Amino acid sequence: MLRADGITVSYGRQRVLRGADLTVAPGVVTGLAGPSGCGKSTLARVLALMLRPDAGRLTVDGTEVRRWRQRAARDLRTRVALIFQQPRLAVDPRLTLREIAEEPFHATGRPVEDLTDDVGLTPELLVRRPHEVSDGQLQRACVARALALRPRYVICDEMTTMLDASTQAHLVARLEAYRTETGAGILAITHDDELLTRWTGPSGGPTVRMG
Amino acid sequence: MRTSVRIAAGVLVALALAVLLVPAIVQLDQQLVDLRSANQAPSFAHPFGTDEVGRDVLLRVVYGLRVSLLIGLVAALVSVTVGTVAGLTAGALGGAADRVIMRVVDGFNSVPHLLFGIFIVALFSPSATAVVASVGLTHWTTAARIVRSEVLTLRARPFVDAAISGGSGRLRVVRRHLLPHLLPHIALASVLMVPHAIWHETALSFLGLGLPPHLASLGNMINDGARSLLAGNWWASLFPGLFILLPTLAVSVLVQHWRDRANPRRRSELQL
Repeated sequence: MLRADGITVSYGRQRVLRGADLTVAPGVVTGLAGPSGCGKSTLARVLALMLRPDAGRLTVDGTEVRRWRQRAARDLRTRVALIFQQPRLAVDPRLTLREIAEEPFHATGRPVEDLTDDVGLTPELLVRRPHEVSDGQLQRACVARALALRPRYVICDEMTTMLDASTQAHLVARLEAYRTETGAGILAITHDDELLTRWTGPSGGPTVRMG
Repeated sequence: MRTSVRIAAGVLVALALAVLLVPAIVQLDQQLVDLRSANQAPSFAHPFGTDEVGRDVLLRVVYGLRVSLLIGLVAALVSVTVGTVAGLTAGALGGAADRVIMRVVDGFNSVPHLLFGIFIVALFSPSATAVVASVGLTHWTTAARIVRSEVLTLRARPFVDAAISGGSGRLRVVRRHLLPHLLPHIALASVLMVPHAIWHETALSFLGLGLPPHLASLGNMINDGARSLLAGNWWASLFPGLFILLPTLAVSVLVQHWRDRANPRRRSELQL
């Protein structure tokens, strides 16, 4: 269970989140909807241990998170993967798609597995750098990277907003396959209600509305 | 490759060869004075002319370039290395470490560089080491500020979040994601520091705190030449001056080229 209680975050004087509660259960897709600017992405960063909230508790499978970002135990922070809305900002522009997808293996010293085929990346795409591929192809590499360490929870922050319909369908199918295979919990953040019902429906997961 | 890059590379190779080979072939007696051939204008025998005590300006420029480039490079290396370590530590750690380091930077900046440099030189006897220490230990603050602000910008980018979330520790983030993006900035800071260091060498030599006056360095030569400038002897200070300018321009053209290459997106846009 990935559980946030009373999360409060301010950027300077601007309070972005006030006492937000959210639970992501393993094995189901939890939806998170809300207008832009209501703090969905901020909550996503807190859930991924990337942002320390001003107040509130975050527990990952019963362990309360007390340290954040690099200070958090590696085992804890790799348990929650984050897929970003804009793949172009989420990758190091110097690296090739293969280096991007394999980064977590090298960072943790685990044997490299090739997960790029599952997300539909061909060998000729893997040698290219981010500026030489489309947003959709880049997001495929990001999904491969996010699933590399077999996270228990995957947070998809408007993952498909920038993508065409076929890439969108492919990546959602890939994450669904991952969920049924590993029993991981998925948090689908989107403002696309149709996609949300299509995605959360079959898993029987709840949809939380913010703002 | 653009023509300017080829010319710049050619100039640097030629200067490097001259600096390395000429002293091995032609010996310069730094103390030799030949008053009969003093203040001669450029001619076939002395292409850059002679100075007020009859020394060949061309040979002294080559020897001086060697000393000045060495001082410039080592001083730039020292200042940029110290600055990079300080800036990277401040930016990557943040919090109390950042505040302490930046207050030290402010402290160093509040004292005029030259004054502080003179203080450091005064601790040693006039020598190349003293000049290097004086320039290196007063100019690291610029590099520290550049590196710190770059690190702060990079740290907020989502790809650093993604790397941390993917299991990268602090060191790996610095090595794999921060340093490669910082290198072009660090390189440019170093290049800009080389002529600056040479100018400081000039200033310190002028005050009698730099290199011993008989020793050929571009700074000493410009100062010597400046005295006879009003008598119409333009060559004694012009040529050493040109040889400060030449390597500076050549290296900055190369760094610009490298910067374009290091940023793949920019490179492909340039090729359109």
